Amino acid sequence: MKGNEAMAEAAIRCGADGYFGYPITPQSEVLEYFMAEEPWNRTGMVVLQAESEIAAINMIYGGASTGKKVLTSSSSPGISLKQEGLSYLAGAELPCVVINVVRGGPGLGDIQPAQSDYFQSVKGGGHGDYKLFVIAPSSVQESADFVKKAFDIAFKYRIPALILSDGAIGQMMEKVELFEQEERLTDEQVIEKYGSWATTGKTADRERNIITSLDLIPERLEDHNKQLQAKYKKIEENEIMFEEIHCDDADHIIVAYGTSARICQKTVQLAREKGIKLGLMRPITLWPFPKKKIAEYGDTKKGIPTPDEVLTAFEKHFM
Amino acid sequence: MTDKELSYCPGCGHGTAHRITMEVLDDLDAIKDTIGIAPVGCSVLAYEFMNIDMQQAAHGRAPALATAVKRLWPSKHVFTYQGDGDLAAIGTAETIHACNRGENIVIIFINNGIYGMTGGQMAPTTLPQMKSSTSPNGRDTGTMGHPLKITELIAQLPGVHFVTRQAVHTPGGVRKAKKAIKKAFEQSFENKGLCFVEIVSNCNSGWKMEPRASNVWMEENMFPYYPLGDIKVNGELISK
Ligand SMILES: Cc1ncc(C[n+]2csc(CCOP(=O)(O)OP(=O)(O)O)c2C)c(N)n1
Ligand code: SF4
Repeated sequence: MKGNEAMAEAAIRCGADGYFGYPITPQSEVLEYFMAEEPWNRTGMVVLQAESEIAAINMIYGGASTGKKVLTSSSSPGISLKQEGLSYLAGAELPCVVINVVRGGPGLGDIQPAQSDYFQSVKGGGHGDYKLFVIAPSSVQESADFVKKAFDIAFKYRIPALILSDGAIGQMMEKVELFEQEERLTDEQVIEKYGSWATTGKTADRERNIITSLDLIPERLEDHNKQLQAKYKKIEENEIMFEEIHCDDADHIIVAYGTSARICQKTVQLAREKGIKLGLMRPITLWPFPKKKIAEYGDTKKGIPTPDEVLTAFEKHFM
Repeated sequence: MTDKELSYCPGCGHGTAHRITMEVLDDLDAIKDTIGIAPVGCSVLAYEFMNIDMQQAAHGRAPALATAVKRLWPSKHVFTYQGDGDLAAIGTAETIHACNRGENIVIIFINNGIYGMTGGQMAPTTLPQMKSSTSPNGRDTGTMGHPLKITELIAQLPGVHFVTRQAVHTPGGVRKAKKAIKKAFEQSFENKGLCFVEIVSNCNSGWKMEPRASNVWMEENMFPYYPLGDIKVNGELISK
């Protein structure tokens, strides 16, 4: 199964309520898989080809505002178009999953895999001071598993979660073990779980629910921003994920994520065969980033940034 | 409506349009089953005044939000409330495609021929020769384009079931507009397709007129270009 298809199937299996997307290479298989699979017959999941990435991300805003489990996917130029929407989603504290199957840039770039959207992803991307939970798979298996993980974090903290894949992992065929189908929540269950904030219809027994990112009172907006920062701090304290390969006795450690980490893993293996003590540190969450862990390696071990795909971006972040 | 004092300029049509929309939802006993979408424009704070669950959309994107809400919650009434800049400029694509898909939602479109919130700039619906802060010598259609009759445009689309143009500056107008809004909610709820109610309204502040003078100006200038009445009923265009 391709990485893109695995993410679509995982979304169906984890009980997602809706997918809204627009075609772009190298991620079109996500929408194509949904349309062929017809999850509306399997689980009742809604799938819609939107008129643009802008429309798609705003459909996500509408759907997430009702407490439903919704996701969208795109690749770099389309993700740029989604940035205003992502800022609104972060401001209104809405849970959702966004997939970026990264391709080369800037501009129309090419359709080859790349990691050049790194900064855009981990620094927020749109206007205003906000973060996305960013998780980077390095295999088809992780592509599937991280859809579930991303939804879990998104709902736990009411934050948009971004899966940062790329053209290689999206297109690659690998064996994958899929988790069992989980039931979609019923409307009643959604109201029970998220009715305290979601716009599900104002019943007589509660105040109306409003989803907005607007606050014209400066002090209140400041408080809102402080509360967002406190939430981000909590995520930084609790949700960092990484993998270490041969780091214990290494003289040098490569730091790389996603596709680059796979290439570097092979490098580590070749180096070890020649007696060179090389290790690999693979950040799995890119935000929150395992900064502390990397700092702990200290002077004896020197991080070497991934040479090929990220160029300056990744390097600057932790060097 | 909530108890909150309206933030609109005295004499502005937005308040009346809000009120009749809420009265219709009350009449239909639909308050608990309705989700409204507010635009960016003077009515960005509609959610402060309409006593229902509401979402505030990015500028122009309300029909995209409404699309998802209605598809995920088919048992709900879903409507957007949008100005002309929101609906007919930045949000043209979302408007046309939601209409073309025949989403079972109601769109309430307030056409005041100007950008009220940002201080009276030219809108897609600004009349020829009409002055605004970005057409200080009047709209020159040769260089600034023509006023967009988006309502006639979307009436052509098969997904659209009911299209009407109303006004709310007289008691008679209010009664007719309320009836039209009620029909729109009833028919969209029966999954007949998208129902679209344009309300030609004044922006006395943006037009720099007294409220009463603005209503006279509206009758004399806006109505000839944007004639009131039904444009599409039961999926059939009304020939005039
Ligand atoms: C992306 C974006 N662009 C521009 C604006 C600024 N803006 C706010 S309201 C508005 C125009 C509103 O005019 P209209 O839709 O006609 O509503 P009215 O205020 O007249 O009711 C503009 C351009 C914005 N908020 N967001
Ligand atoms: S600026 Fe115009 S549209 Fe806005 S509240 Fe005032 S009169 Fe109404």
